Amino acid sequence: MHELREEPLAAPLPAQRGRCIVVTSGKGGVGKTTTTANVGVALAASGARVVLIDADVGLRNLDIVLGLEARVRHHVLDVLEGHAELDAALVSHKRLPSLKLLAASQTREKDDVDIAAFRGLVDQLRGRFDYVLIDCPAGIEKGFQTAIAGADEAIVVCTPEVSAVRDADRVVGLLGERVKITLIVNRLRPSLVRRGKMLSVDDVNAILRLPLLGVIADEPGVIVSTNKGEPIALDAASPTGDAYRKIAGRIVGTDTSQPEIPREATFLGKLFGGQR
Amino acid sequence: MLEFLKRLFNPEPSSVTARERLRLVLLSDHLALAPDVVESLKTDLIAVISKYVDVDAAHCDVTFEQQESVVAMLANIPILGMKPPARTARPAAPPLVDPAPASAAVAAEPKPRRRRRRRTNVNAAAVHG
Repeated sequence: MHELREEPLAAPLPAQRGRCIVVTSGKGGVGKTTTTANVGVALAASGARVVLIDADVGLRNLDIVLGLEARVRHHVLDVLEGHAELDAALVSHKRLPSLKLLAASQTREKDDVDIAAFRGLVDQLRGRFDYVLIDCPAGIEKGFQTAIAGADEAIVVCTPEVSAVRDADRVVGLLGERVKITLIVNRLRPSLVRRGKMLSVDDVNAILRLPLLGVIADEPGVIVSTNKGEPIALDAASPTGDAYRKIAGRIVGTDTSQPEIPREATFLGKLFGGQR
Repeated sequence: MLEFLKRLFNPEPSSVTARERLRLVLLSDHLALAPDVVESLKTDLIAVISKYVDVDAAHCDVTFEQQESVVAMLANIPILGMKPPARTARPAAPPLVDPAPASAAVAAEPKPRRRRRRRTNVNAAAVHG
């Protein structure tokens, strides 16, 4: 590998090796990529050195959610196959220089990724970053197996739906006991839960029985932030952004508070505080 | 108005339906995923039944099937013949009417939910472990 040259990477090596956390769910469309982006942003904003790897080869999206799509020059397979240097492939976030992205390859397939090589890459990154976050592809096939290979922690993202909980349950079984697993319940709609029209966080976790890392509301701000490519965790005024920052705090260990169940936005709050 | 009437006549919120469906689907997932559990259950079943009748152990089949509101255990245990009555120690042993392969569908009753939940978790532990 090349010598460390550029300033953020040439910073002193972490005292201990970085943690590798895979963000996974089994089911597609529950918010893995949004979660990876926001947790990564919140961790980096708290001062940690963070690298996000998009392991969803063939369906690259993490760069879009982070607003970095125009900066991507090389991708993970370029690095694994020796066509690009790691440093050249790492894209810095616009506002958070300690946050890097290693994008997925859009024109290749998940089966093209060699598990051992990927694990080696993760291992290398753990020597240089405090956190290596991996955005896992949906499904439980080889792409999933590759994404989890180098991780010793997993965040399972689950929406309050029968299908998502079933798939999350399957994924928890596949992760096995080697991996420390925590849960983020995503896209909760408190008013529906109150009216008995949606599974509650307790309903979900009565099945999964995982340490609860956080609960994210289904709210327009998340969609708006994705439209702009500015993860909502960067929005200091947003309660959802705050929920992501607390999740980061729980990961780091600085926040020992219990995850809150999101509350409904008030009428006045909607009137004055809404994002567009 | 229609919504109100619907709610009046169908007071069960859909989250209850979701919970129930989830419970059933996971019960059946875990049973299907834990072949060792099913195998030892089958062995035990055959052992118990063999006390009363001669069974064709090689052709026994135990499966689980999700039905309308329960997960049912279906046991297909071919019976070869009766045991001699002297060996049947218990006088209360039920007489067997049909010597042909008997099918038994033992449905778990929906009432004691807590007990069954726990059983699901035992299976979950077996699967995850």
